[in-house]
Amino acid sequence: MITIDGVSQTFKGRSGPVEAIRDINLSIAEGEFLTVIGRSGCGKSTLLRMVAGLLKPTRGEVRVAGELVREPRRDVAMVFQKPALLPWRSVEDNILLPVEIFGWKKADHRANADRLLEMTGLTAFRKRLPHELSGGMQQRVSLCRALIQRPKVMLMDEPFSALDALTREELAVELQRIHMELGTTIIFVTHSIQEAVLLADRVAVLSSRPGQLRRLVEIPIPRPRSFGHNAHLDEVAKVSAELHSLLLNDTHLPKTSTI
Amino acid sequence: MTDIEAGSRMSRVWTNAVLPVLGVVLTVALWWGITVAFHIDPFYVPSPADVVDSFMRTPQFLVEETWTTVQRVLIGFAIAVLTGLVIAVTLAASRTVERMAMPVLAAVNAVPKVALAPLLLVWMGFGDAPKIVMVVLLSFFPVIVSTMAGLTSTPADLRELARSLKASWWQTFVKVRLTWALPQVFVGLKVATPLAIIGAVIGEVVNPDRGLGSVIAGSGASNDTPLAFAALVLLAATGVILFYLVAGVERLLVPWARAISA
Ligand SMILES: Nc1ncnc2c1ncn2[C@@H]1O[C@H](COP(=O)(O)OP(=O)(O)OP(=O)(O)O)[C@@H](O)[C@H]1O
Ligand SMILES: [Mg+2]
Repeated sequence: MITIDGVSQTFKGRSGPVEAIRDINLSIAEGEFLTVIGRSGCGKSTLLRMVAGLLKPTRGEVRVAGELVREPRRDVAMVFQKPALLPWRSVEDNILLPVEIFGWKKADHRANADRLLEMTGLTAFRKRLPHELSGGMQQRVSLCRALIQRPKVMLMDEPFSALDALTREELAVELQRIHMELGTTIIFVTHSIQEAVLLADRVAVLSSRPGQLRRLVEIPIPRPRSFGHNAHLDEVAKVSAELHSLLLNDTHLPKTSTI
Repeated sequence: MTDIEAGSRMSRVWTNAVLPVLGVVLTVALWWGITVAFHIDPFYVPSPADVVDSFMRTPQFLVEETWTTVQRVLIGFAIAVLTGLVIAVTLAASRTVERMAMPVLAAVNAVPKVALAPLLLVWMGFGDAPKIVMVVLLSFFPVIVSTMAGLTSTPADLRELARSLKASWWQTFVKVRLTWALPQVFVGLKVATPLAIIGAVIGEVVNPDRGLGSVIAGSGASNDTPLAFAALVLLAATGVILFYLVAGVERLLVPWARAISA
């Protein structure tokens, strides 16, 4: 479904070039759930933006469904790190924005919007403006806005980072359900090892400065999985420990670090 | 109603109504006090009582002149806002046009408008037209500058959102950029409001026919300082009302702006 082929990204920073991503090769099968984990600033968002067609790779290429990605595609939905809501639109109207822009009939998607609001616990807030919501609620709105597109591919950039632990687990479970039900291919960026393990078929571990693919870890735990009691605590613990040491041993500290 | 609600309502009434009125009353009192304390000749600075006297001698005349000026201001302001918005949108749409037009517009804005008044008289003669043109000339530039600032300040995450949805230029413009720009547009409108009044008065003083500017010009010839002050007070009142009208429209159209800038 997605092939990332020798992709590198070097930004022209104000104090010389910044190498954010170096030579990443990765291929993601249709319906696969890949999580990307790595330290802050290692290039996770940059990688995602290149897959989304928002940023042209300096070298290499990205293909979605066999087609070279040159610009964003309507069957690929992006959930940004920041909620990016329009401050003058109600929750409901923010969710329906893609429908409007795609020129779809709103009436056909109202029911879906209702379902998404219900699922994310936002039904009572549908008429509110974004500034009247908490950060976590705003993130849920932006998740709904991506889901209303019924995308084949979802690119999610730390979508749950502003949520409390419980809501986070709830939505993680919900996301698995959506993933299994719709067979969506998902690339999900996170800082949380636990989240990465719970959600993923495979975890891609990135090293920092420049971001390189350090390891691909398979998570052979049957679904549905949950944070609470599950039959595979041992495996989860083993994989988590492995990821943890991979991330800790990533000694490439920022060159400009002054600590 | 709880005590806290009652308290906050009281404090709202206090800040929104009582304090502004109090400010005006204190200013008038200070003005009055100074004229009395220093025995100032009403020919130089009349006291508030002299000004009210002067107004009461010909109230209907002054109200009519005020209305004439207000009409010129409103027509000129409307033209300035419309052309200002159209020009700003055109400039924001095309870098090439912006680079070419901006120095010209800035130059036009830098020309002292009073110097143009005699020319306007030559071109348009007496009557409303030269006054309205003066209003437009003084007030269109802030509208352009603030609208352009608003249109070019769309946050990166919203721009990226529009891009990721493959929104067309027009969709992005209407659904994101223009609405995002509205709070800034209103900054420009609030700057332009008093300039519009100044424009009308310049037009009327230099080329008097009717309106409060003409009253001021005439009162100079007849040494009637209290009348000039009465006209000034009416102009100031007009300015305040127009300003708060614009602010009221702003509250209606962009209620979200205060919340996100707070
Ligand atoms: N537009 C840009 N210009 C210059 N440098 C950039 C730009 N965008 C990102 N970078 C740099 O690229 C590197 C990777 O940034 P990126 O945002 O992809 O990190 P991240 O892994 O998403 O971090 P976080 O987990 O904190 O979100 C950083 O060093 C950043 O400074
Ligand atoms: Mg990031």
